[in-house]
Amino acid sequence: MRLAWVTRVVLPPAVFGLVLFGAWELAVVVFNIKPYFLVPPSAIASRFVDNADLIWAAMRVSGANALIGLLLGAAFGVAMSFLLLRFRALDEIVTPLSIALNAIPIFVLVAVFNNMFAITSEVPRRLMVTLVVYFVVLVNVARGLRDVDATHVELMQSYAAGEWKILQRVRVPNAVPYFFTALKIAAPLSVITAFVSEYFGGSQNGLGNKITSNLATSKKAEGWAYVAGACLLGLAFFLIAVAIEAVSTPGGVGEPGREGG
Amino acid sequence: MSAVEVTQVNKIFNAGKQNAVEALVDVDLVVQPGEFVSLIGPSGCGKSTLLRLIANLLEPTSGSILVNGKPAKQARIDQDYGMAFQQSGLFEWRTVARNIELPLELKGWDKAKRRARSREMLELVKLGDFAKHMPWQLSGGMQQRVAIARALASHPKLLLMDEPFGALDEMTREHMQSELLQICARTSTTVVFVTHSIPEAVYLSNRVVVMSPRPGRITDIIDVELGSDRNEDTREDAAFYGRITAVREALRGVEMAAGARGIEDR
Ligand SMILES: Nc1ncnc2c1ncn2[C@@H]1O[C@H](COP(=O)(O)OP(=O)(O)OP(=O)(O)O)[C@@H](O)[C@H]1O
Ligand SMILES: [Mg+2]
Repeated sequence: MRLAWVTRVVLPPAVFGLVLFGAWELAVVVFNIKPYFLVPPSAIASRFVDNADLIWAAMRVSGANALIGLLLGAAFGVAMSFLLLRFRALDEIVTPLSIALNAIPIFVLVAVFNNMFAITSEVPRRLMVTLVVYFVVLVNVARGLRDVDATHVELMQSYAAGEWKILQRVRVPNAVPYFFTALKIAAPLSVITAFVSEYFGGSQNGLGNKITSNLATSKKAEGWAYVAGACLLGLAFFLIAVAIEAVSTPGGVGEPGREGG
Repeated sequence: MSAVEVTQVNKIFNAGKQNAVEALVDVDLVVQPGEFVSLIGPSGCGKSTLLRLIANLLEPTSGSILVNGKPAKQARIDQDYGMAFQQSGLFEWRTVARNIELPLELKGWDKAKRRARSREMLELVKLGDFAKHMPWQLSGGMQQRVAIARALASHPKLLLMDEPFGALDEMTREHMQSELLQICARTSTTVVFVTHSIPEAVYLSNRVVVMSPRPGRITDIIDVELGSDRNEDTREDAAFYGRITAVREALRGVEMAAGARGIEDR
């Protein structure tokens, strides 16, 4: 069974990646592409190894911003979902607004935040990540708490259960898979937001800054090595979200809306 | 004391508004302890509404409903009845055993007692080996059996069922009907059962209540009188066919009057 999982889940993307990098390397050699246009993966890999310490330091800066924003955003998003459930009137204002905001690239707001804090502060970036994550978590978890099976609610009423018991036994468990769906979207998104935020000024210490500064000074391979670092960071966040889901749903990982009956 | 006593009940949805629906008009129904009563009638005639009123999931617009001699609301709070729907309504995040234990959990039973009871109920519905399974690992018929086990878990005197076999294939359905009869006989449970199927109503019931739509009312109550030891042979009995014809004719009267559809002839 383990082996089947490896061949089914791991093998296809791994093979695809290898083929892609092979073709890239080959194309650079065969067509004699100049390094200022496109560098071969082998050069990126060697620069990655040479600069591992520096890349790791930049990953830690962006990673910390992403992680702090992710945790805060998830916490606020969940808290707000419960408030919306409790106060339906608030829900009618906040939910359409959240959906609308969720659809536009609000991370440009970081420029506004930058003006509010000291130039070297990491707060604007963390605030930005928090905000982006908050909306993703809010929209999903609020739906999970609200869209419960009508039969479940009627059954609970037939057991003389009040709203509090229904929340505990029906709404919260129903919202759990929605929360993990949100987390799997929000985790890589928090990394992207963290380093895109770096393009709007502030300290020159994160992955986003390093990518631009290296590319700007014609150190293409170094720039690409930082891009690889950013990819690894996003992937790590996603995999951690998946792992948390797997550990906390022992009954089997499910998607929202899967029917029991 | 009657198991269910519905007196002069009216139910109007959205009363006083433009989209008001007269779902039930002047409904009287008395169900005796140990009786099996089916409600049958065209779609929209108020069968589910009547069942929900008895369960106190809805309040009547006027009239009174007694369950086990108490007001319906008190009976609900005391969990005097068990309920099952067309959708099994199992909680997909709970194991089969923990689904059956949920009503007991809410009654405040301790864990050992709950365990013992869920094991007993699983034996009753012949799913003894499936306690630890998740609902989605079971077939539709098995899920419905779990739902029935859950409805019976606290040994209620009254079972309310809304088309519980409606989503099952014919073979499973007949099998489940026989099992339900055996379980109810063994536990001397009173049942109010909503169905679209004439043979199902006749096979299961002591009395079949025929309803008509717009506005929903009871037009006929047919005694079945097939005795208490019914089995697969009953389905081929001349008396069985006789009763089916009686119910069908009562329904035809309803359909002529209302021009309605929605009764399965199987
Ligand atoms: N919550 C509600 N609000 C408004 N009208 C309702 C509501 N529930 C039921 N009705 C209406 O009441 C009438 C009776 O509905 P009910 O569900 O009891 O019918 P039924 O006999 O169970 O039908 P079916 O056989 O299709 O299940 C229908 O006209 C329906 O539209
Ligand atoms: Mg119905």
